[in-house]
Amino acid sequence: MRHSTRIAVGPVQFRVGSDWAEPIAGLERLYAAYPQDDARPADATVRLFAARPWRRWLRPSVHIGGDFIVPDALPLPLSMGLLAAEMGMNLQVALGWRRHMLLHASAVAKHGRAIIMSGESGSGKSTLAALLGEDGWRLMGDEFTLIDPASGDAFAFPRAVSLKNQAIAEVAGRVDPSRLGPLLAGTPKGDIRHLIPRADAIAAMHEPARPALLLFPRFGGEAAIEPMGEGEAFVRLTEASTNYVALGEAGFAALTRLVRETPAFGVSYPDSATGMALVEQLWAEAVR
Amino acid sequence: MPDAVYRAAPPDALRIEPLGDLTAIFDRRSTQTHLVVPPIPEILTLMGDAPCDAAALAARLAAAFDLDAEGDARVVVAERLAELAAIGLVERA
Repeated sequence: MRHSTRIAVGPVQFRVGSDWAEPIAGLERLYAAYPQDDARPADATVRLFAARPWRRWLRPSVHIGGDFIVPDALPLPLSMGLLAAEMGMNLQVALGWRRHMLLHASAVAKHGRAIIMSGESGSGKSTLAALLGEDGWRLMGDEFTLIDPASGDAFAFPRAVSLKNQAIAEVAGRVDPSRLGPLLAGTPKGDIRHLIPRADAIAAMHEPARPALLLFPRFGGEAAIEPMGEGEAFVRLTEASTNYVALGEAGFAALTRLVRETPAFGVSYPDSATGMALVEQLWAEAVR
Repeated sequence: MPDAVYRAAPPDALRIEPLGDLTAIFDRRSTQTHLVVPPIPEILTLMGDAPCDAAALAARLAAAFDLDAEGDARVVVAERLAELAAIGLVERA
């Protein structure tokens, strides 16, 4: 790889290499303020490479590789190199990480206690976390939350937030433009713009938080809160975990403990303001 | 045809955790997680160490939960035992 950089997001140390300078420069801008330990070996390697050497010049398109490879991953045009890097980082963590149970969930924290929000793409979990992160909460992550099997604590993975479509305008109006990456228009996931988390969230990225609420947001429809039983929360989180099976009994123990100790709710909401209000309401009841 | 006789999993093979309406069972031998509802946890608990058949188990369930052991109970328990054997939580003795 001609160009490379190292990025630490929460407990994961990445090495990202690329045949081109642009995606690396973009990453270095997004992750400039993240604490860095140059002596640490990389946990995961991401490679952005040209399919054939001459493609690097003629029609640049980015293939994603690394320790784990998905054979049918789409090549992306070079203008989407940042998205390719993000997808590569997600992929390497999702497939390779073993030290924590990995939940496909966003999380925010206050006073050392975390709200974990799990949902499909489109549930709004990422937007809610980003907005709460601008409103008095510590953003722990918009995509992955890590659960320590030994302690049950949640650990942050505060990568640059991947704002999509309508969420871009919703969040961009509230933050300093210097915290936003370039607009990546017309990607396979729609329009994407990255948001650099607040400096305090980045500085606190190694601090664990005790899970206090498990929420399953659903964007669209009337505002509603439905308590969820331990069994249903367990089933949903096994589906939301990328490494539950790989962790074996440690994952089973971590997940049963999480759903037993943490109240769970399904939350439907028609718009972000209502969603945030419902989260704050549940929080006030949980910490009372 | 007499009922098939089944044997419970060895004592350390299963980790059984009730989670409200569901019970999660981790099988250490296969590392698979099974989610079950009543009467499966009750059947596993009442099987004991010795091999037993559906009639004996239906009688134990009836006694433990004050149910009527007549009628379909034996057939239902026989079906559940066959399903449990298929997923490896019990085995044919």
